[in-house]
Amino acid sequence: MAAVKDSIKILENIALTDDVFSMWLDASTIAKKAIPGQFVNLFSKDHSMMLPRPISICEIDKLGGRIRLVFRVVGKGTKEFSLLKRGDSIEVMGPLGNGFSIEGKKALIIGGGIGIPPLLQLSKDFAGEKHIVLGYRDTTFMEEDFRAYGNVYISTEDGSRGVKGNVVNAIEENNLDADIIYACGPTPMLKGLQQYAKEHNIKAQLSLEERMACGVGACLGCVCKSRSVDDHSMVNNKRVCKEGPVFYGDEVEL
Amino acid sequence: MQIVDIHYLEGFLTPNNINCVVSQLPKFDIHKKGDIMNTSVNIGGITFNNPVTTASGTFGSGIEYSDYVDLSKLGAVTTKGVASFPWGGNPTPRVIETPSGMLNAIGLQNPGVDVFIARDIPFLRKFDTKIIVNVVGKTIEDYCEVVDKLAECDVDMLEINISCPNVKEGGIAFGQDAKQVHYITSEIKKRAKQPIIMKLSPNVTDVTEMARAAEAGGADGISLINTLTGMKIDIHKRTYALGNKTGGLSGPAIRPIAVRMVDLVASVVKLPIIGMGGIASAEDALEFIMAGATMVAVGTANFNNPSATMDVVEGIKEYMSNYGISDIKELIGCVR
Ligand SMILES: Cc1cc2nc3c(=O)[nH]c(=O)nc-3n(C[C@H](O)[C@H](O)[C@H](O)COP(=O)(O)OP(=O)(O)OC[C@H]3O[C@@H](n4cnc5c(N)ncnc54)[C@H](O)[C@@H]3O)c2cc1C
Ligand SMILES: Cc1cc2nc3c(=O)[nH]c(=O)nc-3n(C[C@H](O)[C@H](O)[C@H](O)COP(=O)(O)O)c2cc1C
Ligand code: FES
Repeated sequence: MAAVKDSIKILENIALTDDVFSMWLDASTIAKKAIPGQFVNLFSKDHSMMLPRPISICEIDKLGGRIRLVFRVVGKGTKEFSLLKRGDSIEVMGPLGNGFSIEGKKALIIGGGIGIPPLLQLSKDFAGEKHIVLGYRDTTFMEEDFRAYGNVYISTEDGSRGVKGNVVNAIEENNLDADIIYACGPTPMLKGLQQYAKEHNIKAQLSLEERMACGVGACLGCVCKSRSVDDHSMVNNKRVCKEGPVFYGDEVEL
Repeated sequence: MQIVDIHYLEGFLTPNNINCVVSQLPKFDIHKKGDIMNTSVNIGGITFNNPVTTASGTFGSGIEYSDYVDLSKLGAVTTKGVASFPWGGNPTPRVIETPSGMLNAIGLQNPGVDVFIARDIPFLRKFDTKIIVNVVGKTIEDYCEVVDKLAECDVDMLEINISCPNVKEGGIAFGQDAKQVHYITSEIKKRAKQPIIMKLSPNVTDVTEMARAAEAGGADGISLINTLTGMKIDIHKRTYALGNKTGGLSGPAIRPIAVRMVDLVASVVKLPIIGMGGIASAEDALEFIMAGATMVAVGTANFNNPSATMDVVEGIKEYMSNYGISDIKELIGCVR
């Protein structure tokens, strides 16, 4: 019995855009254990909302014992979290999931929308050459956070910033290559990158999203389709919360 | 009855003098906090340290939650349903939150009984808790194959989930037809080496009819309720929210229905009952016990509070202590 759901102090909670918030938590136990790409479960104070909200860890300050989460307000739970103030507390469980594994010498780090934040700590920790591609619909955020760790390329769907289109357009336009792709974002984007990685024979680590209940591998709610029989489930299913959220591109069907 | 707190006697009371001390205070029903309290219960000849178990499917095989819960503190761990071969389950999304509950359509994904026996039983046996194995199948033969294999295994009890559709009989759940409940119960009872608990579905007109059929078929106990069939529409995508369209509703939203069904069934059969449906606290669990449940199972609440099972165990002890109840059995069905 090592892990618990803990009540954790909020050190800062600020708006980055109209609906994207950045929250620092005083969470030394989680910070000590966490690696980039893992997530935490956040719980509403209103227990009629029974299911936890999975949110990826954006930054890990091991020395300071802090973690940073960046989330978009999309419903009741995230709305509640956005209203919390410095000094308030929130119930948190984690770190959960497998996280990215650092490999290769030259990385393409690709985020789409609210899939961008989980890549920040990875961008810090990856020691080799890195090109960071950030795709947005319109409003950009966290661009500056990433500039400190590599070359940043932007795409926007409306063309208001950077390359007009999606992240693959930005990669092609800038002739970016790599021996490892790290990506997090909407499924159509991940699907595109899975294909791109296959065509260019590049390894890809993709961070997936699925509806979850337990977050610890118990309920089998969050599965994705795997190419081979998984040795836990004994079928072609892997748990996003446990074997994932990060999978190799050739491991899963999207 | 008057209740006195003799906490201050802690250290002074010993097993040798307790009777003497108590006899000198004859006017009171004395109860020393946290001690001389019996929380053990018995179903089918198996004694459980306390009446709390996990609801099948919400707790995996115990492994996943063992970082959060000391499994030895639970009366039993009830596993996810196991079938004779691995099942892939339903398409995603499989889970959706609803007010004070959730809908699930996992589709009974499971690795099959062979892997379960090799991997999960040895793990669970490391703890001081009983093992209740939930069994699923699409035909009677499927169920019997699992029960036969488990007969040779070190598990304490079987919980037979008869909410699965019977593929041979056109997909109607075994649990929705009293004749079939009777037949499947008696077939399993013939082979099982462990006591069998029939898990009833609430999606029937008269649950007592199914309970009677299980009793007549030779069941050692009954557990209820399984989830209530429900649906949610995603109005933004204009489609069903669950991949399977329908799902099973669970959580506190269904608790009053479950309590009433336990009360109903307890009043018509003599069999011990494992009650469940929205239990999130000791107070909730006690409602089921007072309605007639010998044991209780905590399901969806684990997702909201991973230590919910342990909290329920502790809360029941606290209640007993506060009310001077020395044996949990005094509370079972006490409202009737
Ligand atoms: C592994 C993982 C990591 C994530 N990381 C982030 C992150 O870093 N930042 C961020 O903004 N969002 C992230 N999400 C999405 C985030 O979990 C949802 O936006 C959030 O749960 C919505 O909750 P709500 O109450 O505001 O919305 P509601 O729509 O009211 O939620 C209702 C239910 O649906 C679930 N739900 C709704 N949308 C999603 C979704 N997209 N994915 C999974 N469950 C959902 C909720 O958890 C809740 O159970 C992540 C999801 C997963 C699975
Ligand atoms: C995610 C999930 C999976 C479940 N899987 C099973 C199962 O495999 N077998 C079974 O008999 N019941 C299963 N159930 C039903 C529960 O065991 C329980 O009967 C029901 O959820 C009501 O209890 P609760 O409200 O405490 O969750 C499942 C429930 C949930 C929420
Ligand atoms: S959310 Fe329960 S298994 Fe992943």
